[in-house]
Amino acid sequence: MRNILAIIERELRAYFTSPIAYVVLTIFVFLSGLFFRSILAQVLQMGLMSQLQAQQLGPRAMDMPGMITRGFLSTMSVILLFVMPMLTMGLFSEEKKRGTIELLLTAPLTDLQVVLGKFFAGVTFFIILLLTTWIPTGMLYLYSTPASGPILTAYLGLLLYGLALTAIGLFISTLTENQIIAAVLSFGTIMVLWLVDVLANNAESSTSKAVLTYLSILSHLDDFMKGVLSTSHIIFYMSLMLVALFLTYRSIDSLRWRG
Amino acid sequence: MITVENLTKRYATKTAIESVSFQVEKGEILGFLGPNGAGKTTTMRIVVGFMPASDGTVRVDGFDVFENPLDVRRRIGYLPENPPLYPEMTVAGYLRFVAKIKGVPKEKIGAEVKRVMERVSITDVQERIIAKLSKGYKQRVGLAQALIGDPPVMILDEPTIGLDPKQIHEVRELIKGLAGNHTVVLSTHILPEVEQTCNRVVIIDRGKIVAIDTPQNLRFQLQGAERVFMEIQGPVPEITSKLKAMPGVIDVHTVGSNDGRHRFQIEGELKKDIRSDLARTVVQSGWGLYELQSASMSLEDIFLKLTTAEERE
Repeated sequence: MRNILAIIERELRAYFTSPIAYVVLTIFVFLSGLFFRSILAQVLQMGLMSQLQAQQLGPRAMDMPGMITRGFLSTMSVILLFVMPMLTMGLFSEEKKRGTIELLLTAPLTDLQVVLGKFFAGVTFFIILLLTTWIPTGMLYLYSTPASGPILTAYLGLLLYGLALTAIGLFISTLTENQIIAAVLSFGTIMVLWLVDVLANNAESSTSKAVLTYLSILSHLDDFMKGVLSTSHIIFYMSLMLVALFLTYRSIDSLRWRG
Repeated sequence: MITVENLTKRYATKTAIESVSFQVEKGEILGFLGPNGAGKTTTMRIVVGFMPASDGTVRVDGFDVFENPLDVRRRIGYLPENPPLYPEMTVAGYLRFVAKIKGVPKEKIGAEVKRVMERVSITDVQERIIAKLSKGYKQRVGLAQALIGDPPVMILDEPTIGLDPKQIHEVRELIKGLAGNHTVVLSTHILPEVEQTCNRVVIIDRGKIVAIDTPQNLRFQLQGAERVFMEIQGPVPEITSKLKAMPGVIDVHTVGSNDGRHRFQIEGELKKDIRSDLARTVVQSGWGLYELQSASMSLEDIFLKLTTAEERE
């Protein structure tokens, strides 16, 4: 356990001594602020519209804070698609490039400890990113009374989604010595997992449609955003994460064989 | 302390090492000598447990590197060919990290880092960023990293590569200072290094061991031909045939001439001193003997001889 913590600590220090952490954090916070503002404006507009409609058709209940958080946190999931590869690209590729992988793999550590140390370092940074979204979300609590349930499930969904993305990026960074290639490959892979959704819309048979929809990494977030907790979605993200971690572990093993 | 048996590493297209076997006793410094690409790094990487072997076994202090990798790795300090450094870290920060992953108890980390920094004289750069250090300092930080936790076995892959002569001297002294308490295996393709620092030498070429012995014995054994240079005034063909006919002489040929004096290189049989016989023959034949000089082969010659032998086969 101490070994894993040592790796996590070193990795986090590395994030924050290189410009990567600051660039990623800045861009993420800036984009999330921008989207929050535009979603807020949109929902306010809708609120006004429905007030006008209400004069003709009678009053209708409208959960405005809920619409804002839902819209905002769904958008975050898309921004994370772009940001996560930047967090995971260097995790193993840099070790390979600098030869420090030889230090890790000849230290009295198991390969699993190395993989988990790297993984949780990425996850920790991801959680820091996620926490920054509490600034706008928290603001809603100052000016309104949003239902906390859907917000909590939305965050749980984003967390599971982030774990899966980190694991995928981690695996891909074991495949190359080049950070850029790792980032582009991770991005491509995540995009494919995202866009199978679009393919699903054009699918002919209902079975293939169901399969493709199931594979889509974003479609599983919808229920979390609506405040619905469903084990099938939790299992989807957990199994995606476990498969990617297992592949990482195997990739390190094959790295040893190939030298 | 280290027992390597029939170690073989095959890749898809080539065999990196084949049936490599040797032993290293406790407190010994073993030199691994061979040209680039001979399989030195591969052998060392298998011994430290970085990569598995295709065949054969390695035991370190009784532990099998494949079955008990962690027990083996706890006993080994390893300096790879390129020191495994994180350029953005400070020297002390890096060494603290290494101490942590090597399982040095938390309360002892500070003292251990201080000890190894003093050992390799890098205390003055401890707060510097590794990326800003000179090559010599980086190499020493790499060595310090291997020393952390005071492992009984040190595996050093080309520890003096890229250093200037003064630094090379310092590193060699440091390695010699490790002997006794530590078992050291170092690889090099520089011969004087082996002669100066090692108790025993393993010469490896194209993945196979061609010789294992002390540097002294190797030199002695492989002085295969006792070599003598003579400068003689007289007719070359006659001198050549007469000397060749002498017992104990293997080969005679001229290596130059100057002012009617000819320089001969005579190869004699092993452990036979033919110098006085040669001198007598030359003088009795009425030729002028100007110089007689025995040339023992350096380890460098041996090395070349051993590693080029296969090519002639």
